[in-house]
Amino acid sequence: MKTLKTIMMALSLAVIPFAAQAQEAAPAVAAAPAAPAAPAASAFAHRAPEADIGQPIPGGWKIQPQVTEIGEDAQWFHNSLLMPIITIITIFVLILLVYAVVRFRAKANPVPSKTSHNTLIEIVWTLVPVLILLVIAVPSIRLLAHQYAQPKPDLTIKVIGNQWYWTYQYPDNGDFELVSNMLPEAEAKKRGEPRLLAVDERVVVPVNAVVKVIVTSNDVIHSWAVPAFWTKMDAVPGRLNETWFKAQREGLYYGQCSELCGARHGFMPIAVEVVSRGKFAEWVHSKGGKMPGEEAAAAPASSPAAAVPAPAEGAPAAPAAGAGSAPATPPTTSQPATAQN
Amino acid sequence: MTDTTATASHFQAHDDHGHHDADHKPAFFQRWFMSTNHKDIGTLYLIFAIFAGIVGGAISGLMRAELAHPGIQYLQTWTLLMGGSPDFDTALHMWNVLITAHGLIMVFFMVMPAIIGGFGNWFVPIMIGAPDMAFPRMNNISFWLLVPALLLLLGSTFVSGGTGHGAGVGWTVYAPLSTSGSAGPAVDMGILALHLAGASSILGAVNFITTIFNMRAPGMTLHKMPLFVWSVLVTAFLLLLALPVLAAAITMLLTDRNFGTTFYDASGGGDPVLYQHLFWFFGHPEVYIMILPGFGIVSQIVSTFSKKPVFGYLGMAYAMVAIGVVGFVVWAHHMFTTGLSVDTKMYFTAATMVIAVPTGIKIFSWIATMWGGSMTFKTPMLWAIGFIFLFTVGGVTGVILANGGVDNYMHDTYYVVAHFHYVLSLGAVFSLFAAFYYWFGKMSGRMYNEFLGQVHFWLFFIGVNVLFFPMHFLGLDGMPRRIPDYPDAFAKWNLMASHGYEIMAFSMIFFFINVFWSLFAGKKAEGNYWGEGATTLEWTLSSPPPYHQFEQLPHIGDDKHH
Repeated sequence: MKTLKTIMMALSLAVIPFAAQAQEAAPAVAAAPAAPAAPAASAFAHRAPEADIGQPIPGGWKIQPQVTEIGEDAQWFHNSLLMPIITIITIFVLILLVYAVVRFRAKANPVPSKTSHNTLIEIVWTLVPVLILLVIAVPSIRLLAHQYAQPKPDLTIKVIGNQWYWTYQYPDNGDFELVSNMLPEAEAKKRGEPRLLAVDERVVVPVNAVVKVIVTSNDVIHSWAVPAFWTKMDAVPGRLNETWFKAQREGLYYGQCSELCGARHGFMPIAVEVVSRGKFAEWVHSKGGKMPGEEAAAAPASSPAAAVPAPAEGAPAAPAAGAGSAPATPPTTSQPATAQN
Repeated sequence: MTDTTATASHFQAHDDHGHHDADHKPAFFQRWFMSTNHKDIGTLYLIFAIFAGIVGGAISGLMRAELAHPGIQYLQTWTLLMGGSPDFDTALHMWNVLITAHGLIMVFFMVMPAIIGGFGNWFVPIMIGAPDMAFPRMNNISFWLLVPALLLLLGSTFVSGGTGHGAGVGWTVYAPLSTSGSAGPAVDMGILALHLAGASSILGAVNFITTIFNMRAPGMTLHKMPLFVWSVLVTAFLLLLALPVLAAAITMLLTDRNFGTTFYDASGGGDPVLYQHLFWFFGHPEVYIMILPGFGIVSQIVSTFSKKPVFGYLGMAYAMVAIGVVGFVVWAHHMFTTGLSVDTKMYFTAATMVIAVPTGIKIFSWIATMWGGSMTFKTPMLWAIGFIFLFTVGGVTGVILANGGVDNYMHDTYYVVAHFHYVLSLGAVFSLFAAFYYWFGKMSGRMYNEFLGQVHFWLFFIGVNVLFFPMHFLGLDGMPRRIPDYPDAFAKWNLMASHGYEIMAFSMIFFFINVFWSLFAGKKAEGNYWGEGATTLEWTLSSPPPYHQFEQLPHIGDDKHH
């Protein structure tokens, strides 16, 4: 771990000059050297958010619509099994209470009974809850097993939490990196996106692809969450957490950081755009990346340096670039193909 | 008698000097600042808890005001008022200070002092027929450790905590936000406050265990103890086993912060998740520490107002023991998204659901206690029945959260906030109010006003439900907790919750009027003002009890039962 830190320090030192430039000119740089896709690069059309999916519903009181199989399973488990059970139990207790209050009030029942034991009923109200819990436990354990049974991934992305923005790396696609900051309110409004959820750089993934997500952090613990995917994974510094999702519907899905991470905890949203495979390739090229199997012509242009948004005084001097346990090779050299499978 | 600091011998049989007056009280300063009398210390604890409750409740009012509408409305003003700089990040840090202070104050300085220090101190010795606690001087230091603890915590809001003044780390104080993420002395002061409060609780726990095991009146076997005493006994064991782990965890935070250790820093071989394991090994028993005495209180009250003995006494007592034991092996359900392995999540899912069984036994036994009873619905009983229902609601959402696969969605959303406020704010706090009204006459010698008490109950009941029920919806719709501003879609339920707070706050006016009116002008309370249903030993004494009760130890007959 000591070595890791040294590497990280060295990395950050190495990219500081680039970082300075990148802040200014990231989009332009991204477009320029991406030789094959250059014409399309600047014209990548992002999709607009939809009102009823991928973001909280105004005044909503239900689980957000799910677009992954895991999410649909879990939502079914919650809506069709857990909710009916707990509603019935709560109403049952309420009815018993109301009945007791009415039937055994002093006026209706002046002489109290002396009963204080009934072994049979005590066994019943111990065993029946046990049975109910078994009915819950079986699908619950199955859901967990399903969540951890990751299919062969089509794509790996690395998510790195920072105070207070996310960086994303695409090791399978030329290892380019995105720095994703929340859009200011005015800018979000201009783009027709919801306040506090819109970001400048979305995570783009292909539809129906198994996306393996490696989550870590550069400073404190964050949590990468996308409600529509039923995905939430803590970003813990010094750890590589892994999760996955397979979005089955094209669209734009928002989430928010879900672990208290300091002052701007509520201001580091997540936006995942699920697109067709063709559009994904187009987007990758626009970022200076390449699709697996392509010539490594495109240098990783989008600088890995983070656009550091005015770190708070007293915040740890965590290197903003060279995130976590990033590949030991500096991103400025030609990158190894980090195909995971 | 000038020996007012009361050595242990002070409490032993005074039969050798018959002139001694059991009601002789020391002078003011000695009585209240050097106290060794369990009832006086209990009163001090209650006053302390009410003060802390006002502070913690006012902070939640600030939070609900800020959350009433989307956008940041007040944080910058408050930051300026607190002497901070007016920039945006400092204002946002202020938010984190508020949520941290609200959590820590309510847990460590309101609920625990009130329910264990206050009612435990007052009534455990009386209910077992003892003249006082086993270690009266230790009892005193247990209380007085809390005062500097609270002062340290409140004082921390005036010194730097990183981005702004105060500790903005949440009541869980997770590393590395609390280590490398929060420069300045505020977090150190917060940690020391927890050390002191923890030491206070450990000493209190030792005192309760010793008292209950050694000072029961002749004939008062363990299986004849009132359930409130059982609940405090189990709670004391939880405190004794859990708090040292918290002390160790936060000591390592302190050394990580100040002395270059790396217990929670991966770059030095440590692990931030280790802190979470240690914290929740304490933290989960802690939630039972807050609720178990409430279980005991509700048992006493339901029995009294149904005029029946508690149904299934042994089941009730051992259900609490079971909850205490199982409560130690479920901690990682607070950490379902930290990257646990699938086997770990399966185990903690299953273990957590087991707790629903003894909890169900308690709910059904309370209802069975009412069944066949002859119930009257005085204020304490209303709070107790409210407790049973609302705790059920909080309990069943706990069963949902127990499922590791489902918790991926709910974790760190408002659903969790709703759940734990239903079990604590509507559970533990309801039991506190129940106990307060139940024993107010016994403690003060004057009866509370029944009308004001009932108005307080109904307004409070409506208020907290309007306040906390919509939080389930917010959580299901995906709203994360601990954020000062939220996407506009969450506006509706947040506004409703803030209105609920207003109703709840309004109801507290009736509470305070009632307390002050009753203390000065309330009807004099008889010894046993609840009548035939009230069978525990405190009802055999005058109201208030003599300064030193049971100079002649009571004898508990074979038929006498809780």
